[in-house]
Amino acid sequence: MFNWVEGLVAAAFALGLSAGADASRYDLGRTPTTAEIAAWDIDVRPDGTGLPDGRGSVADGQRLYDAKCASCHGTFGESTDYMALAGGVGTLASDQPVRTTGSKLNYATTLFDYIRRAMPFNAPKTLTNDEVYALTAYVLNLNDIVPAGAMLDRASLIAVKMPNRDGFTRQHGMGSVRGTPDTRAKACMHDCVANVRVTSELPEYAKGSHGDIALQTAHWIAPQAPASGSAAAIATAKGAGCMACHGVAKGVIGPAFVDVARKYADDAGAEARLVRKVEEGGSGVWGSAPMPGQAHVPAADVRAIVRWILGGAGD
Amino acid sequence: MPAASRRRFLSQGVALSGAIATGRGIAGDAKSDTPPGEPAWSRSLGAPILASPYGVPSRYEANTVRRQSPGLTRTPHSSVAFTPLASLFGIITPSGLHFERHHAGVPDVDPRAHRLIVHGLVREPRIYTMDDLVRFPSVSRIHFIECGANSGMEWANAAVPGVQYSHGMLGCSEWTGVPLAVLLEEAGFDRKRARYVLAEGADGASLTRTIPIEFALDDVIVAYAQNGEMLRPEQGYPVRLIVPGVQGVSSVKWLRRLEVGDAPWNTREESLHYVDLMPNGVHRQYTWIQEAKSVITSPSGGQTIAARGYQEIRGLAWSGRGRVKRVDVSTDGGRNWRTATLQEPILPKALARFRCDWRWQGEPAFLQSRVIDETGYVQPSIAALREVRGKRSIYHNNAIQTWRVAASGEVSNVQLG
Ligand code: HEC
Ligand code: HEC
Repeated sequence: MFNWVEGLVAAAFALGLSAGADASRYDLGRTPTTAEIAAWDIDVRPDGTGLPDGRGSVADGQRLYDAKCASCHGTFGESTDYMALAGGVGTLASDQPVRTTGSKLNYATTLFDYIRRAMPFNAPKTLTNDEVYALTAYVLNLNDIVPAGAMLDRASLIAVKMPNRDGFTRQHGMGSVRGTPDTRAKACMHDCVANVRVTSELPEYAKGSHGDIALQTAHWIAPQAPASGSAAAIATAKGAGCMACHGVAKGVIGPAFVDVARKYADDAGAEARLVRKVEEGGSGVWGSAPMPGQAHVPAADVRAIVRWILGGAGD
Repeated sequence: MPAASRRRFLSQGVALSGAIATGRGIAGDAKSDTPPGEPAWSRSLGAPILASPYGVPSRYEANTVRRQSPGLTRTPHSSVAFTPLASLFGIITPSGLHFERHHAGVPDVDPRAHRLIVHGLVREPRIYTMDDLVRFPSVSRIHFIECGANSGMEWANAAVPGVQYSHGMLGCSEWTGVPLAVLLEEAGFDRKRARYVLAEGADGASLTRTIPIEFALDDVIVAYAQNGEMLRPEQGYPVRLIVPGVQGVSSVKWLRRLEVGDAPWNTREESLHYVDLMPNGVHRQYTWIQEAKSVITSPSGGQTIAARGYQEIRGLAWSGRGRVKRVDVSTDGGRNWRTATLQEPILPKALARFRCDWRWQGEPAFLQSRVIDETGYVQPSIAALREVRGKRSIYHNNAIQTWRVAASGEVSNVQLG
C-alpha cells in the first residue's frame, strides 16, 4: 500500500515547505458555496452515494425514451450505430461477445449516473432527476432486469442486481506501477524462433480501406519516385484527386489530358499558365464547367503533373 | 526542336536539363529549380513577416495530418483522430498532431468562466479560476499519453494498413501545470480516508474517471499548457489532468471537478468501457497502467522502401511503469535481435526514440522491435499476449508489431505465430 505520509513529506519538501504548514499556504481561490458544489457534484457511486431524491416508472421511461433516445439507440435499445443498450446477456465468454449496457454493466447506479451527465448525446444534462430514474427503469426493463410495472427511486435502484454484477475483477497487475505483469517474455537474442510463420495479414478487402498510405506520409519518410517519371506523375495525379474529373484519354467533367497536350503542343508558355490555372482554378476554355482551385496540392506536384500532361500524358 | 518535344526532353531529368542550360550558356534555367538551374524562390522576394501570425507547416507537408480510421466510429463527436507517427521525428508530438479522442465533441470553453472545484474528503473545499491555477507553483514534464484502446483493432488479426492507425492513439508532450498533490494538500485532504480522486470534465459527456490517491500524490499534473503554449481546445483547453503512464482516458480534459473519496466510482468509462475482457468472460477493471510497448515507425506499413542500401530503422518505445531501458530490433521476424541506439533524454513515462542501422539488399524481411523497461519487463509477442488475454479484449494491446518487407520494398502489416 502507498505510504501517504512519505508521499506528502516528499511533496512538501519539493515545494520547499515544512510538512506542518498551514492548509491554505498559497491563499489562492476561495471556498465554494454548498450550492456551487451541489450543482456540479452529480456523481453516483455503486453503493448509491450521490443518488438524488426522485422516482420514475418504466412507463414514463418508455415515453421519454421513444421521444429522446430511440432515434439513436433503436426502439428496443438494439441499435449498434450508437451503442446497443440491450441484449447480449450471457455472451461475454463466447467468441462473439455482444457488449451492451445490459450484458456488461455491473451496477445500475452507473447507468443512472451516465444518463444524467451525458445523455441525450445531443443535449446532455437536460433531464430532470425523475426523468433519469424513469429512463434508467426503462433501459433496465428493455433488458428484462426490472418488470414493466416497476418504479425506481434511490432505494430500489441500489437494490437492482445487474446480470454481470460479478463479472469484474481487480486481480491483475495493471492497477499499480508495482503490479506484476501477466506475461513474462524473455529477451532472447539469437535463434529465438525456429519457424517464422505469418498467421495474419491485412485482408484483401481492407487493403484500400484507409487510402494510399504513401500519400499520407511525409515525402521524406515514404519517398515517392522523382516527379519526372510518368508512373509517378500518374500516381501523383491520382493522389491529388485530378482523376475524379479528368481521364487520360477521355474527358470527365474536365478535358482528357491527351486533348490538353494536343491543344498546347506548340505553346511554349503553356506550362507556367496551366500550373497557375490548376492552382487557382477557372473555366471557359473547355466549356462552362469550372475547375476548382487545387491549392491543396503541393506546387511541385502540380508542376510535375502538368509537365507530364504537356509531354503527352503517356505511361 | 518543337516546344512539345523540348518539354518532353526537359522532363527526362535533372542531368539533361543541366546539359541544356550549359549548352545555351544561360546561368539559371528558369525551368529548373535544381542545380544548375536557379530556383524560383532564389529569384524573387519571399512572403513578408506575419504572412502567418501563428506559423503553419510548409504546404509541402500537407501529408502530415491526423486522420480517422474509416468505419471505426459512427459519430464524429465521439471518435478518434490518429497521430501520423510515421512522419514525425524525435519524441515530442506537435500539439496540432497529438491524437484526438472525445466523447461529446470539443467544447468551446471560455477560460474566464471556467472553474475547477476540489471537494469531497477535504478539510477545505476550493474553487479556482484559471488565473488562480496559473499562479500556483508550476512544473513542466514530458510524458506520453496513450489511449487504452491503442492497437485495439489488432487483437484478433492484422486489421489496419499503417502505423498511424495501428499505434496513432499516442502522443508525447511537455505538459505544464500545478501538481495535483499541491491542490490536494491545499484543500487539506483527509489523509486517513482518502483513497481515490474522481476527475470530471466540463464537456457534454462530463467524462469521469477514478484516480488512485497513490497516483494523484505521485506525478499527476493539473495541466494548462502543452509544448510551451496553452492547451489546444481538442487537448482540454483550458485545463486538463495528466496522469502519466496511465491509459489516456484518465487524463481528463476540460477538467472542472476533483472529488476526494474512499472508494472507486465505477463510472461508465471504467465499467462499460476501458475494461479488459478476458477469455472466461470476466472483465479486468481499473487496469490503469499502460505496459511497455514499442513500434517501428519507419519503415512501416503502407510505405515502399524506394532503394536498396542504407535504411535507418526508427521507432518509439515507452512504458507506463517508468523509463525505457533497452530496445531490440529484429529484421528476420524475431529469430535474431540486436540492440538499438536510444536517443537521450530517456525520461520516465515518456516516449523514447530508438534507431538502428540496416542495409536492405532487396531480401524479404520481417521488422520487429521489442522494448525492455526499467522494471525488467519485456514487451510480449501477440501470441504470448493472446495466450493470457485471448483475442476479444479491446484495450492494452502492447504486443510486438511486425512489418513485412517484400522484395519489391513494399511494407505491410502482418502478425506472426
Ligand atoms: C444523437 C444520438 C443519441 C441520442 C439521442 C441518445 N444517445 Fe445515448 N449514446 C449516443 C452515443 C454516440 C453514445 C456513446 C458515447 C460515447 O462514445 O462516449 C451513447 C451512449 C449511451 C449509453 C452508454 C452505452 C454504453 O455502452 O456505453 C447509454 C446508457 C445511453 N446512451 C442512453 C441514452 C438515453 C437514455 C438517451 C435518451 C435520453 C440517449 N442515450 C439518447 C448517442 C445518442
Ligand atoms: C472538380 C473537377 C476537377 C478537378 C478535381 C480537377 N480539374 Fe482540371 N479541369 C476541370 C475542368 C472543368 C476543366 C476545364 C476548365 C476550363 O474550361 O477552363 C479543367 C481543366 C484543366 C486543365 C486545362 C486548363 C486549360 O486552361 O486548358 C488542366 C491542365 C487541368 N485541368 C489539370 C488538372 C490537374 C493537374 C488537377 C489535379 C491537381 C485537376 N485538373 C483537377 C475540372 C477539374
